Amino acid sequence: MTTTIEKPVAPKPKVVARGHLADAVPDAFRKLHPRHQLRNPVMFVVWVGSLLVTVFAISDPRVFTAAVAVWLWFTVLFANLAEAVAEGRGKAQADSLRRTKTDAVARLLDGDVLPGAELKIGDLVVVEAGEVIPGDGDVVEGIATVDESAITGESAPVIRESGGDRCAVTGGTTVLSDRIVVRITTKPGESFVDRMIALVEGAERQKTPNEVALTILLSTLTIIFLLAVVALQPFAIYSGGEQSVVVLTALLVCLIPTTIGALLSAIGIAGMDRLVQRNVLAMSGKAVEAAGDIDTLLLDKTGTITWGNRRATEFVPVDGASHDELVAAARLASLADGTPEGRSILDLTGGQPATEHEKTGDFVPFAAQTRMSGIDLGDRRIRKGAASAFTLTAQAREVVDEISEQGGTPLVVAENDVVLGVIRLSDVVKPGMKARFAELRAMGIRTVMVTGDNPLTAKAIAAEAGVDDFLAEAKPEDKMALIREEQEGGRLVAMTGDGTNDAPALAQSDVGVAMNTGTSAAKEAGNMVDLDSDPTKLIEIVQIGKQLLITRGALTTFSVANDLAKYFAILPAMFAAIYPQLGLLNIMGLATPQSAILSAVIFNALIIVVLIPLALKGVRYTPSSASALLRRNLLIYGLGGIVTPFVGIWLIDLLVRLIPGIG
Amino acid sequence: MSPTAAGLVQVGILVVALAVVHRPLGDHMARVYSATKHSKLELAIYRLGRVDPDAGQKWSIYAFGVLGFSFVSVVVLYVLQRIQSVLPFDFGRGDVPPGMSFNTAISFVTNTNWQSYVPETVMGHTVQMAGLTVQNFVSAAVGMAVAVALVRGFLRHQSDRLGNFWVDLVRGVVRILLPISFVFAIVLIALGVTMSLKSGVHVDGQLVATAPVASQEAVKELGTNGGGILNANSAHPFENPNAWSNLVEIFLLLVIPVSLTRTFGTLVGNKKQGYVLLSVMGLIWSAMLAVIWVAEANGLRPLEGKELRFGVPGSAIFANSTTSTSTGAINSLHDSFTGLGGGGTLLNMLFGEMTPGGAGTGLYSILVMAIIAMFLAGLMVGRTPEYLGKKLGREEVTAAAVSILAMPTVLLIFAGVAAVLPSTGAALNNPGSHGLSEILYAYASASNNNGSAFAGITVTNDWFQSSLGVCMAFGRFLPIVAVLALAGSLAAQKKVPVTAGTLPTTGPLFATLLAGTIVLVAALTFVPALALGPIAEALL
Repeated sequence: MTTTIEKPVAPKPKVVARGHLADAVPDAFRKLHPRHQLRNPVMFVVWVGSLLVTVFAISDPRVFTAAVAVWLWFTVLFANLAEAVAEGRGKAQADSLRRTKTDAVARLLDGDVLPGAELKIGDLVVVEAGEVIPGDGDVVEGIATVDESAITGESAPVIRESGGDRCAVTGGTTVLSDRIVVRITTKPGESFVDRMIALVEGAERQKTPNEVALTILLSTLTIIFLLAVVALQPFAIYSGGEQSVVVLTALLVCLIPTTIGALLSAIGIAGMDRLVQRNVLAMSGKAVEAAGDIDTLLLDKTGTITWGNRRATEFVPVDGASHDELVAAARLASLADGTPEGRSILDLTGGQPATEHEKTGDFVPFAAQTRMSGIDLGDRRIRKGAASAFTLTAQAREVVDEISEQGGTPLVVAENDVVLGVIRLSDVVKPGMKARFAELRAMGIRTVMVTGDNPLTAKAIAAEAGVDDFLAEAKPEDKMALIREEQEGGRLVAMTGDGTNDAPALAQSDVGVAMNTGTSAAKEAGNMVDLDSDPTKLIEIVQIGKQLLITRGALTTFSVANDLAKYFAILPAMFAAIYPQLGLLNIMGLATPQSAILSAVIFNALIIVVLIPLALKGVRYTPSSASALLRRNLLIYGLGGIVTPFVGIWLIDLLVRLIPGIG
Repeated sequence: MSPTAAGLVQVGILVVALAVVHRPLGDHMARVYSATKHSKLELAIYRLGRVDPDAGQKWSIYAFGVLGFSFVSVVVLYVLQRIQSVLPFDFGRGDVPPGMSFNTAISFVTNTNWQSYVPETVMGHTVQMAGLTVQNFVSAAVGMAVAVALVRGFLRHQSDRLGNFWVDLVRGVVRILLPISFVFAIVLIALGVTMSLKSGVHVDGQLVATAPVASQEAVKELGTNGGGILNANSAHPFENPNAWSNLVEIFLLLVIPVSLTRTFGTLVGNKKQGYVLLSVMGLIWSAMLAVIWVAEANGLRPLEGKELRFGVPGSAIFANSTTSTSTGAINSLHDSFTGLGGGGTLLNMLFGEMTPGGAGTGLYSILVMAIIAMFLAGLMVGRTPEYLGKKLGREEVTAAAVSILAMPTVLLIFAGVAAVLPSTGAALNNPGSHGLSEILYAYASASNNNGSAFAGITVTNDWFQSSLGVCMAFGRFLPIVAVLALAGSLAAQKKVPVTAGTLPTTGPLFATLLAGTIVLVAALTFVPALALGPIAEALL
C-alpha cells in the first residue's frame, strides 16, 4: 500500500487574478460611500481627511495640496480595493453555486407539482433519475446514486439511501439512478446552497470577536494620534510655526494604523475563502477563529486515524505448521472473500489470483452459525474464522490471546479441522499521523482518539498513532461528557462527526465539523461542513484559524512600527524652519519638506497595495511553539515594519523630488 | 571617592536594599490583602463606618467606594484649608484661597501632591497633619487597593466579587503604610530631619520655617506622594539633610511599587510573573537613569539647580526615581537640567508612571500595558489573546484602552490650550522650546499624578489651578474606574488552562515585548509634542 495521507490538494489560484482586479476596481469606487466607510473607524478618518484636503486643494490650488489630496483618496481607494478583491474571489464561487439553483420543479408525493421555491418544511417530494433535487432534505424512502459535483466538485456519484447516516441530500444536486422520496428539511432561501452563497460572498459577514477587539485597539490608536496631531497645532503656534491643515492631515493619516485598517476586512474574508478553497464551509467567521484556539481535538479512530477497516498484518503458524503452509491456506480461504478484511489477507499473501484449478473449488461463505468461511477444494476443507469457532491447541490459544491483548483481531486458519495458524488483523494507522499529532502537540493541541474498541485495543492503537489520550468503548453520551469535561476546564474542543448520533456532541463542541456525507442533523449541528468528508481536515482548519489571527496581529504590528520612520520624515519637514536643529532628524535626506510629507503619504498608500496579496494569502504559518512564532513574527513584522518605511520613503522621495513645485 | 564612584555606590546600595526588602515586604503585602482575619483596631473602624468587612463587592461597588471616598476626602480637605484661620497652629497664615484650596485638595487626594502653594507661608501645621498627611496615607492605600482588586480579577473565576474596598483601604494604611512610616520617621529623625511643632527657629538671627517634617517625610516618599511640608521639598536640609537621608528617601519612594511586583507574583502563584514585571520596570528605570545622569554630568553647568550636598549623581538618582514613581518629590530643580536630562524626567512621567510607578498605580498601569502587549502578541501566535489564564476580548481591550487613553487625552488637550493662552506667556520664565517643556512638564506631572514641578512656571492663575486640577482628577480616576471594570470582566471569566500553545509571560521575550510596548506607546503619543520642547532643546 503506497497511499499516504495527502494534504487536501488546495487549488492554488493566483492570489489576485487579473479578472478579479478588473471587477474590483468599480467596487472600490462604489465603496467610497460614507455609509460603507463608517463601518471602519480608521479608514473613515482617512476619508474625512481626504475630503478636507480636497476642499483646500480646490480653494487654493497648489501642486503639493493637490498631490496630497490625490494620494489620500488613493489610500481610501486601495483599502476599498483590498476588500473588493477579497470579496471578488468569493463572488466567482458564488456565481458557480448560483447556477446550481435552477428552478427545480418539485413533485410532491401526493401528485401536486409546484416550484421548488414554494416548498415547505416537511413536504415529501419524489425525485427520479435525471431530476434535480428541489431542496435540502432527508431520503425517507428508496436508494439512489446522486451527482453532488455541483457542490463538492467531486465527480464520482454518491449513494443516498433512507435511514442511517447517508440519508441527507442537498438541493441542486442531481439524482442519477433510481427513485427516492425526500422529506424537505429547510425552507427555500435558507438551504445549504443559499447559505454557501451568502458565506462565500461575505454578504452576511459579521465581525468576529477578535476582530471587534482589534478594531477597538485600532480605534484607540487612532484617537491617540488624533489627539497628538490636534494638540500639535497649539504647540506649533506657541513655537511660531503654525502648520497648515493639509500638513496636519497628512501627518494624521500617516500615523493612524491605515495599513491594518485597510486590510482588516480583506483578511477576514480571505480566511473564510481559504477554507472554502479546501472545500470546508464555515457557518460563521467566529467558528474559524475558534478553530485557531482549539485546545483539544477529538478524532474518531476509524477512518480518521486508521483506515476504515482492519487489515491482515501477520501470519503466525502454530503446532508445527510451516509459514508457507499457513500462507497458502490463508490465501485459499480468502480467494472468494470479498470483504475488506479478506482482500487484505490476499494482499498480504502476495495477491496471486485464483488458478483455474482453484476456481473449481466450492466456496463456503461466512455464516453466523459457523462463524467461519473458506473453500472446499477436492478433499481439502480450508476454513478461517473466529477463534471461538475452532478447537484450539494450547499453543494456538496462546497466540490468539496474545494478538487480542495487543489490540489485534485473531483469525484462525484450519485445514480439515487442524489449526495451521493465526492471522493477525489489526487496525492500521494511516501513515504520517504520528508526525501530524506531533505538530499539533507543538501547537499546544491535545489529541483524543475516540473509539468503540475495548480499552486494550484502543490503548495499543493510541500508542501507535501517537495521540495524547483515548476514549475507549465510547458511546455518544461518553463523547458528550468528555466534551463537557474539557469545556469545564476552559478548553476549547473540536471534533468531526457524520451520524445523527454525533449531532449533540457536534453542537456542544466549539468547532464541530460535519461530514458532507453525513445526516442533515449532523450538518445542522456542526458549525462547519467538510464537503470532501475528510476527517483529518480538522488539522488544516485549525491551521487556517491560527493563520487568520496571525495575519491580523502581524499586520497590526507592521502598521504601528511604520510610524517611527514617518515621524523621522514628517516632523523635521514641519519644524526645521523654526528649529533648524530638528533637521538632524531628517536621516533619510529627503529633499524638501513637501517632498518628505508627500513621500510619506505615498508610501502609506502604496504599502496597502503591496500587502494585499499577503492579506489574502495569510502570513506563512509553520506549526511551532508560541514563543518561536512570536519571536519570528516580531522579527519580520516588528523589525521589518521599522526598517521598510525608511527605505520606501527614501526611494519614493527620489522620484517625488522631480515633480516641479515639490522638489 | 569621585562623585561618579560615590553615585555608583549609592545605586549599588539602593539596588541591594530593594532586592533584599522587596521579597519579605511583597509577601507581607500579599498576606495583608488575602488574610481573612481582622484586627481589633480594624474591626472598630469597620463598626464606625458600618462596613461589613466580609462582604465582597462587585467592581462597580468597589469603584463607587473609591470615588465616594475620594470625593468626601476632597471636600474635607477643601473645607480644612478654607477654615484654616480658626484652626490651631495656623500661625496667622489665614484661610487658603478657593482656587488654591481646590487644586491642593484634588492634588493630595489623587496622590499627585502637586503644590501650587508655598507651604511655609500658606499651610499651618493642622492642615498639614490632619489634612495633607492623612491623604498621604489614604491616597496611597487607595492606589494599592485598586491594584490588588485588579490582581484578584486574575485570581478569581466566574465570580463577580473583587473583595472589599474598605477592608483593602484600612489594611493598606494600618498594616503596611503606618508601621513602615513610623519606623522610617524615626530613622529620618536620627539622620537629622526636623520634627517640630514650632513655626520656625532662629538661625543666625533669621527665622527659618520649620514643621513636623520627619513624620510627613517618611510617608511622603513611601506612599509615592511627594508633597513637601517645606517649599524646597527634599532639597531642603530640614527634609533631606545628607547623602544618607537622600538614599533612604529614594529607597522609600521605590520600595512599595517594587515590592508590589512580588506581591503580584505571590498572589498569582508564580513568582516569575512578578519578576518579569520588575525586570521591565528595572530596565527602563536604569536606562532613564543613565540618560539623565550622563546628560547632567556633561551639561554646560552640571551643578545648576542641584544641591551641592547631593551633587549630580545624587540628584540624578533622585530625579529619575521621583519621576518614575509618580512621587514628585524633588531634591533638585528639574527646570535647570539640560534639555536631555529634563526631557528624561518628563519622559519618565509620559511612560504613564509604571517604571515602577506609584504605590499600586504602578502595578495596575503596567498590568494594563501587559494586556495590550499580550493582545497583539496573542494574535501573532494565532490564538485568542490571553494573559494569566484570562482571555483578552472586547471588554478587556476596551477597559485597557480607556485606562491608557485618559492620561494623554487630558494632558494634550489642556497643555495645547495652555500653550496658546495669552496669559501663559506671563507665567513662563523661559520662551521658546524650554517654555514649552515647562508647560508639558506641568501637565504631564498633573495628568500622571506625579506632582513634581519643573519650576520655571507660575501656576497660580485660575486657568492653571483649575485645568491642572481637572488633569489630576481625570488622570487618576478614569484609569481607576477602567481598571476596576477590567478586573470585573476578568473575574467573571473562566480560567483558560495553560497548554503548550500558551505564550509564556515570564521570559525575556515577554519582557522585551512589554518594555517595547511601554516605550512605543509613549513615543508614538508624545514625540510630536516633545519635538518642539525637549527634543529641539536637546539637539541644539
